Amino acid sequence: MTTKPEMTASEIASAVAGGRMSALDATEAALACIKQHDPILNSFTDVTAERARTKARAIDADIAAGKTVGPLAGVPFAVKNLFDVAGLSTRAGSKINRDLAPAKRDATLIERLEAAGAVLVGALNMGEYAYDFTGENVHDGPSRNPHDTTRMTGGSSGGSGSAVGGALVPLALGSDTNGSIRVPASFCGIFGLKPTYGRLSRARSFPFVASLDHLGPFARSVTDLALAFDAMQGSDADDGACTTRGLEPTLPLLANPVSDLRIAIAGGHFQKNVFPEAVEAIGRVAKALGATKVVDVPEASRARAAAYVITTTEGASLHLDRLRKRPNDFDPAVRDRLIAGAMVPAPLVDRAQKFRRWYRAQLAEIFKSVDVLLAPATPCTAPKLGQVNFTLDGVELPVRANIGIHTQPISFIGLPVVAVPVPLEPLPIGVQIITAPWREDIALRVAYALEQMGVVSAPSPRGI
Amino acid sequence: MAEPLDDYIDAVSKALALPVEEAWRPAVRANLEVSLRLARLVDEFALPDETEPAPIFTA
Repeated sequence: MTTKPEMTASEIASAVAGGRMSALDATEAALACIKQHDPILNSFTDVTAERARTKARAIDADIAAGKTVGPLAGVPFAVKNLFDVAGLSTRAGSKINRDLAPAKRDATLIERLEAAGAVLVGALNMGEYAYDFTGENVHDGPSRNPHDTTRMTGGSSGGSGSAVGGALVPLALGSDTNGSIRVPASFCGIFGLKPTYGRLSRARSFPFVASLDHLGPFARSVTDLALAFDAMQGSDADDGACTTRGLEPTLPLLANPVSDLRIAIAGGHFQKNVFPEAVEAIGRVAKALGATKVVDVPEASRARAAAYVITTTEGASLHLDRLRKRPNDFDPAVRDRLIAGAMVPAPLVDRAQKFRRWYRAQLAEIFKSVDVLLAPATPCTAPKLGQVNFTLDGVELPVRANIGIHTQPISFIGLPVVAVPVPLEPLPIGVQIITAPWREDIALRVAYALEQMGVVSAPSPRGI
Repeated sequence: MAEPLDDYIDAVSKALALPVEEAWRPAVRANLEVSLRLARLVDEFALPDETEPAPIFTA
């Protein structure tokens, strides 16, 4: 059996474990696909071909010896280049970090995926230091949207969106501080999971905003998201914010009915500043789920503002010394945002953190009577690369600042979200399936039901 | 003509030993204006004195 383009992770793992395909063949197919298409997509910054072949051969040897292999046996995957990969400098999209010594050990999540049989094939392009919603990078060039290569992937996990949306790999990892998984998932037409804050270990990944950073997977099917998520769960003493909760597998629950769930549409802030395509996407998803109730999320605009303030100030604190010593080696746009962040008075940051506590309590109240909230992932489909403004309701607005307006109020309090792709023409767009803390199982269940109904799916890449 | 925030930018730049070259100043000022506008939006919201901050969010 040879690999077909767009095989999902679960199809590959099943074929490899069943002896119908070798892990090496699956790996070589991914490497060939990367070689063919990545010169256009620019999603990879490093291809770890020899490491991947070594790992794949080891899996094939285990199968030949009759040993049991993991649920992701032979599945090629790649990671945003802020994950430590042994032997590579963790550049985090920057020029400055290329001077760091190569990492000695892989990030925890890479170790866990490889323990489940997955095969790392490389590291992926991203916005500098993850302070980005576009997927553009002045040092490495922009990652390109697989459905129209003149358009943005979204960011900051732009390479992750491009590589999975372009079907170069079935699975990738990214990070999400304010929307950096959900935005590229939306623009590139794929599934993305931003878990509950603290659910997945961030050990040995380059940080951005400690109190807002999450890591999570991208895939072309809900089953693949759940497979990867389950393989990565578990406490980790190397990440102080990582939960000590036990494993809560989601894969066995995916096909459970959703008819008993109370599903509502997020109102107020989440119904403002949206283009017709975002309205259409929410409408399709809500109709399929029979959701008609609209729930106002109080003060979501203020929550977005508070997330912005915490991000810019914590980010500035992280990079303060680099801003002093190597200001000219930053992307100027990132540098100038960070310098401004360093100048925000401390009481205003404290106010934002206190508001966060208040806002969390409001959402906790909502989740007493609702299981799921639906909201746009982005206000629009992918803008053109380099696009500065868009016009909404006759008002010209800056693109960068507004791409994440619907994701920021959710990650601000760490709620789990599955971003699902609605395959509109000519470009896909995502919807956020939001649940209470630790209920990734519900979000994945709803996403799976929508996928089974044919309402959401990852479209074939049309731009390559 | 100096902009209203320029004196503040100069003072914080000095206090933090953080260089701000003249060429960067307009962008730094524009970003600071956005940050302060959004911070004011949060500041305007009345909270009880007992409210605890949530610097590390625990779900």
